[in-house]
Amino acid sequence: MSLKTEEMILNMGPQHPSTHGVLRLELKLEGEIITDVIPHIGYLHRCFEKHAEAMTYPQIIPYTDRMDYLASMYNEFGYVLAVEKLMGIEVPERVEYIRVIMGELQRIASHLVALGTYGADIGAFTPFLFCFRDREHILHLFEITSGARLLYNYIWIGGVSHDLHPDFLRLTKEFVDYFRPKVKELNELLTFNQIFIDRTANVGVLPAETAINYGITGPNLRASGVKWDLRKDDPYSIYDRFDFEIPVGNGEKGTCGDCWDRYYVRVKEMEESLKIIEQAIEQIPEGDVTSAIPRRVKPPAGQVYSRVENPRGELGYFIISDGSVNPKRVKVRAPSFVNLEVLGELCKGHMVADVVAILGSIDIVLGEIDR
Amino acid sequence: MKTPEEIFEALKNKFGEAVINLATDQPVDPYIEVAPLEVDKVCKFLFEEEGFEFNSLLNLSGVDDANGEKVKDENDNDIIKGGTLSVFYHLESTIHRHKIVLKVSTDRENPEVSSVEDIWRTADWHEREAYDMFGIKFLNHHNLIRILMPYDWEAGYPLRKDYQNPEFYKGMKVPY
Amino acid sequence: MMYDWLYNLTGSEILAAVIQSLLPLFLFILPFALFAVLLERKVSAHMQDRLGPMRVGYHGILQTVADIIKLVQKEDIIARDNDKLFFNLSPLIVFMGSYAAFAVIPFSSVFLGSNIDLGLIFIVAVTGLVVAGILMGGWASNNKYSLLGAMRSAAQIISYEIPTMMIIIVVIMLTGTLNLYTMSEWQTSYFWNWLIFGGPGFGLAKFILIPFMMMSALILFISTLAEVNPTPFDIPEAESELVSGYHTEYSGMKFAMFFLAEYANMFAVSAILSALFFGGFQSPFGYLGNLFNVPALIPFEQFFWFTAKGIFFVFVQMWLRWTLPRFRVDQLMTFCWKYLIPFAFVILIIVGLITVLL
Repeated sequence: MSLKTEEMILNMGPQHPSTHGVLRLELKLEGEIITDVIPHIGYLHRCFEKHAEAMTYPQIIPYTDRMDYLASMYNEFGYVLAVEKLMGIEVPERVEYIRVIMGELQRIASHLVALGTYGADIGAFTPFLFCFRDREHILHLFEITSGARLLYNYIWIGGVSHDLHPDFLRLTKEFVDYFRPKVKELNELLTFNQIFIDRTANVGVLPAETAINYGITGPNLRASGVKWDLRKDDPYSIYDRFDFEIPVGNGEKGTCGDCWDRYYVRVKEMEESLKIIEQAIEQIPEGDVTSAIPRRVKPPAGQVYSRVENPRGELGYFIISDGSVNPKRVKVRAPSFVNLEVLGELCKGHMVADVVAILGSIDIVLGEIDR
Repeated sequence: MKTPEEIFEALKNKFGEAVINLATDQPVDPYIEVAPLEVDKVCKFLFEEEGFEFNSLLNLSGVDDANGEKVKDENDNDIIKGGTLSVFYHLESTIHRHKIVLKVSTDRENPEVSSVEDIWRTADWHEREAYDMFGIKFLNHHNLIRILMPYDWEAGYPLRKDYQNPEFYKGMKVPY
Repeated sequence: MMYDWLYNLTGSEILAAVIQSLLPLFLFILPFALFAVLLERKVSAHMQDRLGPMRVGYHGILQTVADIIKLVQKEDIIARDNDKLFFNLSPLIVFMGSYAAFAVIPFSSVFLGSNIDLGLIFIVAVTGLVVAGILMGGWASNNKYSLLGAMRSAAQIISYEIPTMMIIIVVIMLTGTLNLYTMSEWQTSYFWNWLIFGGPGFGLAKFILIPFMMMSALILFISTLAEVNPTPFDIPEAESELVSGYHTEYSGMKFAMFFLAEYANMFAVSAILSALFFGGFQSPFGYLGNLFNVPALIPFEQFFWFTAKGIFFVFVQMWLRWTLPRFRVDQLMTFCWKYLIPFAFVILIIVGLITVLL
């Protein structure tokens, strides 16, 4: 007698604790082994690109906040750089420094969420709260600057909406001093925990070739050993003035490009961001921050593709202008959208528990995938 | 490192008619216009040829040019007849550190473009998105289905300029 | 002994035995579960730099009461495609399995539910029921997550029973009894007489035994821990993967039964560990009752020491739970079959030789 066996289809999400939002994964299982993963997206589709066509250029900024809601500052940053490039606006020195400080703080905040939730995905809940505790300090800095904790509308075309809070630089310096030992604490608690290493090393290995072909960017690409960071390789704003390293994965605990590398690259990136912030605080000049803001934003007809290194990878804005006050087309090249595509490739042959580990290590934000 | 002019020359010599022109008149990025059904061959060439090696597709974006004739349909809604839809390809080589933009324009009534999905795997979802939003059919794509909208969305392609919101979706009222 | 007292009071053997067996449940375990839930919340909160419940009563001490009231009020959802009989039976069996174990646990020399000679075997046997309950729940829920959780759980509990049993055999070889009360009595007076320090007496054997006993205690702790599913062994209910594993579909009081069983299990693990290796209810430093010549005080002191040891190990479990990440299912099995079982087996042989030769 032969027993009949059949593939089990497990529907993970859209309501599931570790799909990081409303992502639905269709897992084809043989026992606990994955034979195929099909991501279904679009549950958070809010028609950003359609809305943008009906808005004026400055009105779009608050909408960009809502795409990658964990890195709102950087979304604004990328968008205004694109419009400024199209219009040929030069912004004052001080504005550039403010934007860089905000961007790097945002990178730390975003990585903290990524690392914390990753710990929670693997089953360690305490690092998650430790990370959120530290992120709270950054949110406080954003709050005294822009009045909002999550969606800022702070960086404007040609400048920023208003100058820094008088205490901001002092508090930021304090934060940098406070945060350095906390990174060490996180490493002791989670990064070098043997169970954590067992769970993540050699899991979901992404070779560099595949990564580039899939268009993977950001920490995920660097974890595969490719030294590619737009802040160094295609410098925008004033990133060429700062001295910092680009951490890459080297397979320290397993294979180069595994989940542990993707995790650890983010930890090291936070330290590099601290370096940039320290340098920027020292160098920041005095000056007006609103002088270059155009009264009427009406770019010439043309098209521009401008990109920045968002915490999740290359955030590109492709804007086509027809010379009116509304853009004709705004297309966002969302890093998470592109990074998620490789999930099926990474998961094959692993177990259900690894899907969670791999998905967490890719660090997606559904607001950005679905826009 | 190759400039757009050099790339255009090389493509023109290789493909002749399929490569239409190099547009540098508008700010900011110059682009090369390519015939829609030849774009996969052009991309294959750019991907493989030594000296170019565009190993990364940064972005693939559909655009509604809205350059057709505006007419009223029977319900007195504005629709666009004729004209073109376009697809922009942003390519980059991480080896040689150069970038290029390709543009294809295709007929709005029957938009067909060759798929580049088997060259860059990134293109898979990007092409699905362009299909979902503009209805551009990418020939030889292995799984051209909607991606952001519901799989059974029947009211058309939302990012076209003449898109009308449907009143009902499966019995549910759409504009609340 | 309590049994004699109850026998005199009721005049019936059966009634006395039943009342005595139920006493630990009502006097200790149910209140303990309330306390443990609060303890867990407070311990985890302070480990995570937060305060935990603060609103209900002083520093949230009534939080568990509020939780119970909430759980009782909740709708008991039974989905259409659930297997009703087994779905309803499952929480009862799990609850019963984990609470029955307390009947033989000696809380002090007079307070013990049932002084049966097969105490240890009884515990292993009744906690084995839990597997059946979990499998039933997972299957009857008709939910893929529940099914996966139940399968994992069954595999895990059955695997980890093997090292548990091996260590129990080690202990039996040394003490010569299966009765937990006798075992506790045997490790009498000071802490160097505990089994983890080689048991009473000062022969050569004691000193040779010490390292093996420490390893045995560790293996027993790990393997019993794995049977009751806290992190890092919580893969059957792994929240981030299986939502909540076998009890995904349960709500209201049925969920509360699983929940209470879990906390009862936490204490059961601690109680078995302290009864076997840490002198049970024996005080580590002698008794005040002996010092002041008040023998009536001794049972209370014993109760205090047993509870203190139990709560200490419960605290250790919480500590582990809020520090460590979770294993993957294959790693969990590897850990059991490739590390714990061989080690337990070697200890079994060595201790056997020691008891025969020395």
